[in-house]
Amino acid sequence: MNWSWSYFFEYLTNGLMLQGAWTTVWLSVVSMAIGLGLGIVAALMKMYGNRALRYVAEFYIWLFRGTPILIQLVIIYTGLPQIGIRLSVIEAAILGLALNEGAYLAEIIRAGIMAVDKGQDDAGRALGMTWRERMWIVILPQATRTIIPPLGNQFNGMLKTTSLASVISMEELMRNAQMLAQIEFRVLEVYIVAAVWYLVLVTIWHQIQLRIEAHYEKPFGPAAAVASEGERELAKAVRAAGATNT
Amino acid sequence: MSTHGEMAMTETGQATAASAADTLPEPPARPNGKVKTLGEPIVTVEQVHKSFHGNHVLKGVSLTVRQSEVVVIAGRSGSGKSTLLRCIDRLETIDDGRIVACGNLMGFRETNGRRVALRDHEIARQQREMGMVFQNFNLFPHISVIDNITVAPIRIKKVPRAQAREEARALLERVGLPEKENAYPRQLSGGQQQRVAIARALAMKPQVLLFDEPTSALDPEMIAEVLDVMVDLSHQGMTMIVVTHEMGFARAAADRVLLMHEGSIVEDAPPEDFFTKPTSDHTRAFLSKILQH
Ligand SMILES: Nc1ncnc2c1ncn2[C@@H]1O[C@H](COP(=O)(O)OP(=O)(O)OP(=O)(O)O)[C@@H](O)[C@H]1O
Ligand SMILES: [Mg+2]
Repeated sequence: MNWSWSYFFEYLTNGLMLQGAWTTVWLSVVSMAIGLGLGIVAALMKMYGNRALRYVAEFYIWLFRGTPILIQLVIIYTGLPQIGIRLSVIEAAILGLALNEGAYLAEIIRAGIMAVDKGQDDAGRALGMTWRERMWIVILPQATRTIIPPLGNQFNGMLKTTSLASVISMEELMRNAQMLAQIEFRVLEVYIVAAVWYLVLVTIWHQIQLRIEAHYEKPFGPAAAVASEGERELAKAVRAAGATNT
Repeated sequence: MSTHGEMAMTETGQATAASAADTLPEPPARPNGKVKTLGEPIVTVEQVHKSFHGNHVLKGVSLTVRQSEVVVIAGRSGSGKSTLLRCIDRLETIDDGRIVACGNLMGFRETNGRRVALRDHEIARQQREMGMVFQNFNLFPHISVIDNITVAPIRIKKVPRAQAREEARALLERVGLPEKENAYPRQLSGGQQQRVAIARALAMKPQVLLFDEPTSALDPEMIAEVLDVMVDLSHQGMTMIVVTHEMGFARAAADRVLLMHEGSIVEDAPPEDFFTKPTSDHTRAFLSKILQH
C-alpha cells in the first residue's frame, strides 16, 4: 500500500491544480456561450433558412456530431497550420469545444422551438409581428423553458469534456494534473484530486442549474409548475435529441 | 343569449355609404336603440382559390364586407371557414384570386399590372390593420395578462409603455376583467382567456376583427360572457367576420350570415332570411341539424 494522504492534501490546494480548475471553469463558460450562439444560428438556419442555408446547417451538425471531439481538437490545433491557419492553444481549444457544442445545442434548440405550439406563431403574425419579432418575443422565450434542462446537462458535460483539450496542451485541470504527476510520480493521488475537483465543479453547477430551472418555471405562473403529461413527453423528447456528447 | 332580440337590417345605410359622411341620410334605428351605418367595403375577397397538397379547400370564394358590418360564417367542419379567415389575414397564402383588406392588396404589391410578393415586414404591416381571435385563444403563456395586451403596441407600434398600459387597463375594463392584469394566462378560465385575447387584438386598434370559432373551446357556462363582449363590439361599430355556430349571436349581432359548403359560399343573407327562407338546400340541411341540438 503506497497511498499518501499528505500528497493528497498537498495537491488538493496546490496552486497549479487551483489554476487548472479555474481554467476549466472559464474555458467551459466561454465555449458554451459561443456554442450556444452557434447552436441558435444553426437551428434557425435549419428550420427557417432557404435550401442553401439549410444544407450548410445540416452539414455542420452532421460533421461535428459525427466525429470525435478529440480528432476535431487535434485537427484544429495541429492540422490546420499545414494549410496556413495557425491558432494559439487557447483559440484552438475554444473553437473546437464551441463548434462541437454548437452542433449538439442546435438539435436541442430545434426541438425546443418545435415544441412551441403553432398557434403562438399565428398569434404573433396576427398582431403584425415580423419573423424576427415573433422569434424574440414569442417563440424563443417559450422554447427556453424546454431547452434549459438539457442545456444544463450539456454544460455538465462541457465541464468534463474540456479535459480533452489537454491533448493540445491547454493548461486546464487535466493537463496540470499530468504535469504534477510527472514531477513526483504520485499518479494516484494527483488524478484522484483532479477527479475530486471535477466533482466539486459539477456539484456546484448542479445547484446553479436547479436555481435557473426554478427561475424559468416561474414566468408561466404557479399553475404551470405542474407540467402536463404531454409536456413531460416533450421535455423527454428534447432531452433525447441532445443526448450527451464526447 | 336569449335576451338578445331580432334586429332589422339597415339596407339604406349600405346603399349611400359611399358619399361623404355629412351628406348621409339618417340611418334607421335598430330595435335596441343603436344606430348602425355600414360604410365602404373594407374587406374584398375575389375569386380566391386555395389548395393544401392537392386538396382544393377554397373554390373561388368571393365576399365583400363593409365598414361596421358583422358577417357570420357558418358551415360544416372542413368546409373551409378557418382557411378563408386565415387567407384574409394572410396567415395562409392564396393560390389564385385577390384579397383587399383595409386598403391593402394582401401579400402583394401591384406595379403596372404585375404582382410582386411582399416581404416579411411589409406583410406584417398589412396584418397590423386586422386583429384575429382564435378558437384556442393562443395567449402568450410566458407573460402576464397586461403584457399580453401591451407587448405588440409597445414592441411593434412603439407606443410609450405608460400609455400602452393605460390603454390596456381600459380594455380589460371593457372585457370585464379589470382585476386580472397581473395574472398569467393559465390562471384564467377559458372564457377569461378569450376575453383577454379580444383585448389583445383590440390593443392594436385594428380596423377589422376576425374570429375563428371563439367559443368552441369553452365550457357552456362561459360562452355567454365572450359573446356579450362581441355583441358590445358590434354595437360600437367594429367590423367583424365571425366564424361561429352560435346562431343566437348571429341573430343578435349579424348583418349577414353566410354558409360555406365544400369551399364555396352557398348562402349569403340577412339573419332573418337565413333562418326563415334559406335559398340553398345545404342551408336547410345545416339548419335542421342545428335545431336538433
Ligand atoms: N395547414 C393545412 N395543411 C393541410 N390541410 C389543411 C390545412 N389547414 C386546413 N386544411 C384542410 O383544409 C380543409 C378545410 O379546413 P378548415 O380548417 O378551413 O375547415 P373549417 O371549415 O374551419 O372546419 P372546422 O369547423 O373543423 O374548423 C380540411 O380538409 C383541412 O383538413
Ligand atoms: Mg375551423
